[in-house]
Amino acid sequence: MGHFILRRLLIALPSLLGISVVLFTVLALAPGDPFAEMALNPNVPPEVSANLRKQFGLDDPVWQRYFRWLFAMLQGDWGFSFISRVDVDKLILQRVPVTLAVIGASQLLALAIALPVGIYSAARPYSWFDRIASTLAFVGFSLPTFFTGLLLILLFSIKLDWLPFVFRSDIAGSGWPWWWAHIRQAIMPVLVLGLFQGASWTRYVRSAVLDVIRLDYVTTARSKGLAERAVIMKHVVRNALIPVVTLVALTMPQVFGGAIVTEQIFRVPGIGSLLIDAILRNDTPVIMAVTFVFSCLVIFFNFIADLLYGWLDPRITFR
Amino acid sequence: MEERQLRALIEDVRSGQLPRRGFIERMVGLGLTAPMASMMLMHSGVAQSQVITPVYKPNRRGGGGALKVLFWQGATLLQPHFANGTKDQEGSRIFYEPLAVWDNDGNLVPILAADIPSVANGGVLEGGKVVRWRLKKGVTWHDGKPFTADDVVFTWEYARDPATAAVTIAVYKDITVTKVDDYTVLVSFRKATPFWATAFVAAEGMIIPKHLFGPYAGAKSRDAPTNLKPVGTGPYKFVDFKPGDLVSGAINTSYHMANRPFFDTIEMKGGGDAPSAARAVLQTGEYDYAWNLQVEDEVLKRMEAGGKGKAHIVPGGDIEFIQLNITDPWTEVDGERGSVKSKHFAFSDIKVREAMSLLCDKKSMQEFIYGRTGIATSNFMNNPPRFRSPNTKWEFNVDKANALLDAAGWKKGADGIREKGGKKMKFVYQTSINGTRQKEQAIVKQAAQKAGIELELKSVTASVFFSSDVANPDTYGKFWADIQMYTTTMTAPDAQRFMDQYISAEASQKVNKWAGRNICRYINPEYDKLALAGESELDPVKRAAIYIKMNDIVVGEFIVIPLISRPRVRGANVKLVTTLSGWDLDFSALQNWYRDGAVG
Repeated sequence: MGHFILRRLLIALPSLLGISVVLFTVLALAPGDPFAEMALNPNVPPEVSANLRKQFGLDDPVWQRYFRWLFAMLQGDWGFSFISRVDVDKLILQRVPVTLAVIGASQLLALAIALPVGIYSAARPYSWFDRIASTLAFVGFSLPTFFTGLLLILLFSIKLDWLPFVFRSDIAGSGWPWWWAHIRQAIMPVLVLGLFQGASWTRYVRSAVLDVIRLDYVTTARSKGLAERAVIMKHVVRNALIPVVTLVALTMPQVFGGAIVTEQIFRVPGIGSLLIDAILRNDTPVIMAVTFVFSCLVIFFNFIADLLYGWLDPRITFR
Repeated sequence: MEERQLRALIEDVRSGQLPRRGFIERMVGLGLTAPMASMMLMHSGVAQSQVITPVYKPNRRGGGGALKVLFWQGATLLQPHFANGTKDQEGSRIFYEPLAVWDNDGNLVPILAADIPSVANGGVLEGGKVVRWRLKKGVTWHDGKPFTADDVVFTWEYARDPATAAVTIAVYKDITVTKVDDYTVLVSFRKATPFWATAFVAAEGMIIPKHLFGPYAGAKSRDAPTNLKPVGTGPYKFVDFKPGDLVSGAINTSYHMANRPFFDTIEMKGGGDAPSAARAVLQTGEYDYAWNLQVEDEVLKRMEAGGKGKAHIVPGGDIEFIQLNITDPWTEVDGERGSVKSKHFAFSDIKVREAMSLLCDKKSMQEFIYGRTGIATSNFMNNPPRFRSPNTKWEFNVDKANALLDAAGWKKGADGIREKGGKKMKFVYQTSINGTRQKEQAIVKQAAQKAGIELELKSVTASVFFSSDVANPDTYGKFWADIQMYTTTMTAPDAQRFMDQYISAEASQKVNKWAGRNICRYINPEYDKLALAGESELDPVKRAAIYIKMNDIVVGEFIVIPLISRPRVRGANVKLVTTLSGWDLDFSALQNWYRDGAVG
């Protein structure tokens, strides 16, 4: 086991380095200039943009900029945003709480829907419940989030006027009213994302459970006289969920990446909208920092998923 | 419009026969701006009107609760001299103030100045070469320190230093600002400047505190902590800032104008898009004000039906127009497409351009697409014999276009498309991706089809179309298409920068990385001569006549086809009373905003 961990760590480092090189090169080759808006403004003389480019070292050759970025990153300096003139880590940290709260809650909601519905559907396959659940699941992950988001806004905000649809990250006060205000404004984005994710996970859980429920040892357990509930919970679910657990572990990095479309619709100040804004404005340091952290998380959670799978399933050994 | 006629109109205003507003409206119809028209009147000694409309009713400071505004392009910085576009200027304007701002009628309204300099009160000397500003006494910065002339002089030194890399440098680098005493400064220009109200006025004129920015002038400018925590003289004090997302402020209890501001807190939220911003203000009333509602009028009307909010249409200088390429974008000359040395096979003939302009159905565009949010126009007019509203000097006439093209030798082929000398009239018509623009394109294409012209519609994503990327062939600066369309904005209240975009020196070419503003690459020595004359002309009336003539040339030659004059569209709650100006920032008079029906 120790060997396995060490080997994975050793492989991870060059992968990360390789990822950062590819990212940096792609961004450097991509057209676009962070000071383009300034260049278009007739009132701003070109010397100003030229000066700024020099200040930020944008005219140096690519490899020089890459190493500068790498050394800064290793020292903990994540860079300085061209557009906001703020340290990048401050920008990201401002948005982490909201992202974790909203996107995290949506993943939990997705799990809370997928597990019971999937298990019950698989326990009674092709019953009415299963058919309805499957249809809803297909509808759920076919409808894009911007559509369901708009539908919910039209229904709950405009027609019924129950919920606000512009997310405010600075609600004053504390205690119960503060929580209530936050819950009210987070319900819709969480629903949109959770239902979308939950729909696809439901199908996955259902097929994982179906695979296990036909096996002989389940029939044995039933014929031993165990209650159906005990059979399902203790024998079927524990084995069927191994692949599901690894799937969930692999989707964890998404929580950090945010959900770009939903954040735009509800104006949730998450990391997804930060990334999209930075891309549209060619704010390279922010893009590099966010995508690099995202790739680190992906590699890390892949590793966790592998460990989990090996730990849960005694048939797997590490080499 | 001749200079003689302009002077006659000014005399009418002086004698009271023509209301001041009427004069300004006519000048705007000619293509000038309200501030320019106002300066013309000022120069001739016609006093400004002193009435601020609407009247400010609240009789005590505060108590108004929260003011929530939605700017769907969120502010990314709060330092006015580093601002990337209007959103950052608006964010900064909550906290910082200039000496004076432009109101909707083109009047200068003093904010940090005690009064407006004029020839009569000895503020404008040597014909506009020196301007003396008297500062308001008793104004303090948010941290309690007094506001004095030192801050004004420092703002000038800060902005004009190239090491600071301020975006407002163009306004401050050619002037000299000297302190006379603690409350008086002199602004000296290199030569007599008829339009002197540029420094310390409006969006580019916000004053920054010397005691906080002083140690960070020049190359260290980006390290100043005050860049992120603004300390200004404005009606609200800084509370919090999340770039791209939220700017929040709280009431400044020692604000220098009595009974203001009305609101206790202000929150400026960013992100999302225009239709959802319109919804939040007009339909659900969640927010009190939304900026720049680029939404179709039909949709706005439906939202207003709920009675919670209203759309405010404020006239400004922006205009949606079509450009015709007189160079050839399809063949390379000296390794450059669209070179000034080449000639377009069809548009180099003025008759063809005239036919094209006859095929633009502006009335339909206004009626069916823009509604209240756009006015069909010929911003640049062809010497009308007398003055009427601007909408009547253009024509939509397919038959006349057909006749012109026939006369010019373009005969319809078997497929209905005109051709001459083996070349068919197939043009590429490009613009940015925007529902409204695609509809406009469809209207023009339909009319053109009736005249035997085939238009291939091309749309480019806005962030690419409006970029200055040298490697990308689809930017508007390159104009590698036959026809293109977009909105050009007047970024300054003076017409000089706007009109000198058609001089030959500004032709957009490879050598200047297509950053030249003369995108049609129009070369006309007469126009260049007029532009030069306009720069150095001291008499604003003569100057206005020159610019009007320049307008007439460009439109008369059909190089550009003005389509729709686009006023600014803002959404506000029905109870919110705002003072919006089309010539300055939305927040130019933020201290005067209040909510009616809840006045203490």
